[in-house]
Amino acid sequence: MPRLLLLRVLRLATLLIGVSVLAFALVHNSPIDPIQAYIGANVDITDEQLARLREQWGLDRSPIEQYLAWAREMIQGNFGTSTLYEAPVIDVMGARFGASLALMGVAWTMSGVLGYLLGVTAATHRGRLADRLISWYSYTLSATPTFWLGIVFLVVFSVWLGWFPVGLAGPQGVPAEDVTFAQRLHHFVLPSITLSAVGVANIAMHTREKMTDVLNSDYVAFARARGESDWQIFRNHGFRNSVVPAVTLQFAYFAELFGGSVLAETVFSYPGLGSTLTEAALGGDVPLLLGIVLVSAVFVFTGNLIADVVNAAIDPRIRSRA
Amino acid sequence: MSTATDHRPRLRARRDVVVSLSTVVLLVTCVVAGHLFLDDTALRPNSALRLLPPSIGHPFGTDHLGRDLFTRVVKGLALSLGIGVLTAAISTVISAVLGICAALLGRRVDGVISWLIDLSIGIPHLIFMILLAFTVGGGIPGIVLGIAFTHWMSLALLVRADVKQIRDAEFILVARGLGRSSLFIACRHVLPLVLPQLLVGFVLMFPHVILHEAALTFLGFGFSPQTPAIGILLSEGMPHISSGMWWLAVLPGLALLLLVLGFARLGDRVRTVLDPATSNG
Repeated sequence: MPRLLLLRVLRLATLLIGVSVLAFALVHNSPIDPIQAYIGANVDITDEQLARLREQWGLDRSPIEQYLAWAREMIQGNFGTSTLYEAPVIDVMGARFGASLALMGVAWTMSGVLGYLLGVTAATHRGRLADRLISWYSYTLSATPTFWLGIVFLVVFSVWLGWFPVGLAGPQGVPAEDVTFAQRLHHFVLPSITLSAVGVANIAMHTREKMTDVLNSDYVAFARARGESDWQIFRNHGFRNSVVPAVTLQFAYFAELFGGSVLAETVFSYPGLGSTLTEAALGGDVPLLLGIVLVSAVFVFTGNLIADVVNAAIDPRIRSRA
Repeated sequence: MSTATDHRPRLRARRDVVVSLSTVVLLVTCVVAGHLFLDDTALRPNSALRLLPPSIGHPFGTDHLGRDLFTRVVKGLALSLGIGVLTAAISTVISAVLGICAALLGRRVDGVISWLIDLSIGIPHLIFMILLAFTVGGGIPGIVLGIAFTHWMSLALLVRADVKQIRDAEFILVARGLGRSSLFIACRHVLPLVLPQLLVGFVLMFPHVILHEAALTFLGFGFSPQTPAIGILLSEGMPHISSGMWWLAVLPGLALLLLVLGFARLGDRVRTVLDPATSNG
């Protein structure tokens, strides 16, 4: 087990280096000149000042030297200064990370639990009405654009029913520190429901398949012959065999969750990492863009790592193979 | 459990494929025909027709410039289809090449390719697409490259697993013994065998590709605002929903959903027919 963990962590490190090289190379080759984006409409700048800025930012060196210098700063925790917010990238991200984490955490938990329960229900009622409804729901939701679902929720719950506000983490025009917890929660409901509703589909379908396999197995047939009730069969055989793949799947779902949160946050103007990423990319804010890309990669790789480790910890076959 | 003589599930699965294939063909035909024959005058701004709700003359209503929303949606779906075919094709080719290489060219190549797969799975797709659109500068090249580079992994893994199974088969060993190159073996012996897998992969990729294009465009990294892409229609409709103009934001998405659903169904059913292991339902 420690050996497996070490191997996985090493792999994670090489993957992170891979992402950082890739992200840096892509941004480096973009048509946006970081200096131009930085000075913006300020035309009073002289050529001499431009050259000095260029030197200061290390733009006169070779790409490899630039990457190494940048990576060294990154490792020391210096993500540079956001040109849009005129503040250190680490502060800009720090202020939004919590909001995103809350959103994704709630959506992740809700979609996991609800998806698993729906999957089990569908499998135990296979072919009947409940199964059809759940399958239909999962099928439709996996073909639904996340951002469009958010828009539909806005139309129905905010515009028609007037239950929820039309976006932002707090009421408009109120300073952030004056927003009460209740108001915050009020603005939090729709984005988290959108994200959860989309996440349910995947896990419900997989649990349905897994559970059906278990229920069709010889050992369940034998258990039934021994006289175990449906509930006993679920508790003794079904649950253990179907919850592990569900948990693994849910951890491996981090990448899509992050992508979904970019869309949900943009639709609901929720001030998290996702909507800031969109802003940074549209506004040519290179340091902020790179920072968020790296944070998201760490987030997703960690999810995949946990999925692997959970799998290995529970399933002895995988453990002995490593 | 079906007996050896019971062909009913198989036949039903085949009938399902025919049904969803006809649905998809019908949908695609309608979209293409609409794209070719719908009257372009409906797309000219007309201030007398601004923000009309759906009616017989304008089934989807009109937008903030008085353009017919139905015509715009049909043009947008045609655009989605075009991008979808192009991108899914590129992605399928990438999966085939990397999957076959990983299985045929030995451990080291396999290691590099599986590292690449892990890497590509690790970066959230949408974020990689945004990054790529940022580099390429948006527009069609950004969309196509970004989406093609983020959708090949699962199919490549399937192809790799398939090829690994036949790698040591006699006919391949014989071909090797006769001194055939790996390239020859890949094209002549392996490719025909994984072709059905690639076809299913292509169809299954299609819905994801279309959805991602719409999302990317909606966020402002895809098509330019002058293009009637579904993502553009939705982001244009967003500011009007708070004043009750629901059709602007709801109907284009619904049309896209139906198209995507059609392809997703078709892909699933074709997979069921080709892979007997999943056809126990």
